[in-house]
Amino acid sequence: MNETPPKREPSLRADRTLRVLLPIAVLALGVVLWELVVRIGDIPPYVLPSPWLVFSTLISDRAILLTSLLVTLATTLEGFLLAAVGGIGLAVLFNQSRLIEYSLYPYAIILQVTPIVAIAPLLLVYLPQPAAVLACAWIVAFFPVLANTTLGLNSVDHNLVDLFRLYGATRPQMLFELKLPAALPFILGGLKIAGGLSLIGAVVAEIAAGSAGAGSGLAYRIVESGYRLNIPRMFAALLLLSLAGIVIFFALSLVSHLMLRRWHESAIAREV
Amino acid sequence: MSIDPPKSPVVALNAVGKSFANGVVALERLSLQVWPGEFVSLLGPSGCGKSTALRIIAGLTEPSGGGVVWSQTEAARRIGFVFQEPTLMPWATVAANVRLPLKLGGLEPTAQARVDAALARVGLSGFAGSYPRELSGGMKMRASIARALVTEPKLLLMDEPFAALDEITRFRLNNDLLALWQSLGKTVIFVTHSVFESVYLSQRIVVMTRRPGRVFAELAIDAPYPREEVFRTSAEYAAHCRRVSEALACASEATDVP
Repeated sequence: MNETPPKREPSLRADRTLRVLLPIAVLALGVVLWELVVRIGDIPPYVLPSPWLVFSTLISDRAILLTSLLVTLATTLEGFLLAAVGGIGLAVLFNQSRLIEYSLYPYAIILQVTPIVAIAPLLLVYLPQPAAVLACAWIVAFFPVLANTTLGLNSVDHNLVDLFRLYGATRPQMLFELKLPAALPFILGGLKIAGGLSLIGAVVAEIAAGSAGAGSGLAYRIVESGYRLNIPRMFAALLLLSLAGIVIFFALSLVSHLMLRRWHESAIAREV
Repeated sequence: MSIDPPKSPVVALNAVGKSFANGVVALERLSLQVWPGEFVSLLGPSGCGKSTALRIIAGLTEPSGGGVVWSQTEAARRIGFVFQEPTLMPWATVAANVRLPLKLGGLEPTAQARVDAALARVGLSGFAGSYPRELSGGMKMRASIARALVTEPKLLLMDEPFAALDEITRFRLNNDLLALWQSLGKTVIFVTHSVFESVYLSQRIVVMTRRPGRVFAELAIDAPYPREEVFRTSAEYAAHCRRVSEALACASEATDVP
């Protein structure tokens, strides 16, 4: 089975090139337009900074901005990991015991539907600031992992369940050999959503905390720059946050692709 | 062979009934003996409870009435089950799929040789490292059969295994299954709704009525083995098919008789 991958059709390659080039062209066009509007309209930087000014602020303020970025990223990562462990763990627990599921699932939903912006100030009252920020990141991010993993664990092929029963599979074998592998595509889907959400959670909490006067993350920098009318730095921090979100999304997509590419339909390129 | 039965059946269903919680009565007083080394088909219209009967024999479903009697103790009996679908784990290679029953049974140490042998028997030796999605429908079913054979079961239960395959592939797998059955000497219970398939394969055909399923008739197919493609086109085969078709037609009409 040593097949070489079939040569890509020229049209397919052209299609892929377009998918990369077109968004870049739109970006370039937007930046040029923005720069022109600022120059022609002679708009002061505290109203709308030019892209060039944003970029140079990014460079000149790099020390303070990168430190803040690292703080926010660390919170995001911790929140994400806790959400992954908590979401998968809770889903497995629910799957093993119906009573626990019935008892706790409604509260997981309540935690999810209550807007995090409304919970954050309260958490800041009761928890030290770093812990409160982390808790926010976790609350926002864990639910999609829980919901998707639950769906995945319940979506196992019934015939495979019968097969495992026929050969006398134990409960741990059922879980680790059958349910979790079958749920993997769903879990990875949940994690992909959770990655972006944990960043949002971290930012929301930092902004809530920022108004309380403490913190050093990127979102705090945005609030702080707003008070000082340092609009270029606000834009620079915002740019970094967007980039961080994009990197998180692509990193998780890559992990998902690598884990599923041998067997799952979602990861298989198909020519129509 | 079936005319001259050995002393005790491998498994016997005694007046087995099965009704589901939604009120559907799938089986009613179904009695059936399966003799060692026999190839027997359960033939009936869709929804006649033949798959339910097979699941009861496999222990996957509890009967609501009657009993299942085995000639061997539970520890000694080994069952291979082939489902309607190939039912392979998509995330595992063909070899890992075939190895699964050994893994679940704690027989890992001797697994490699047995997996290789099972794959060789169904002609999949070159595909041990492939994933199920890389295989055709017929090859997936072969992998499924290899998995059922890997524990060297005495009894092979097959639930319409070839129903979803195209005719050419089905004929090939029919031939290969017969060859396996003759060389391995297993007892096979084969569920199908195809008259032609049941006649080609079986020594004995158990025709079931529509739901609730009961045994309507038992027909012996006394054509000698090995049966090959010549048999498919013979007048003898056609005559058997006609006889079985008539029985099936009568069975389908006998529904409402208690």
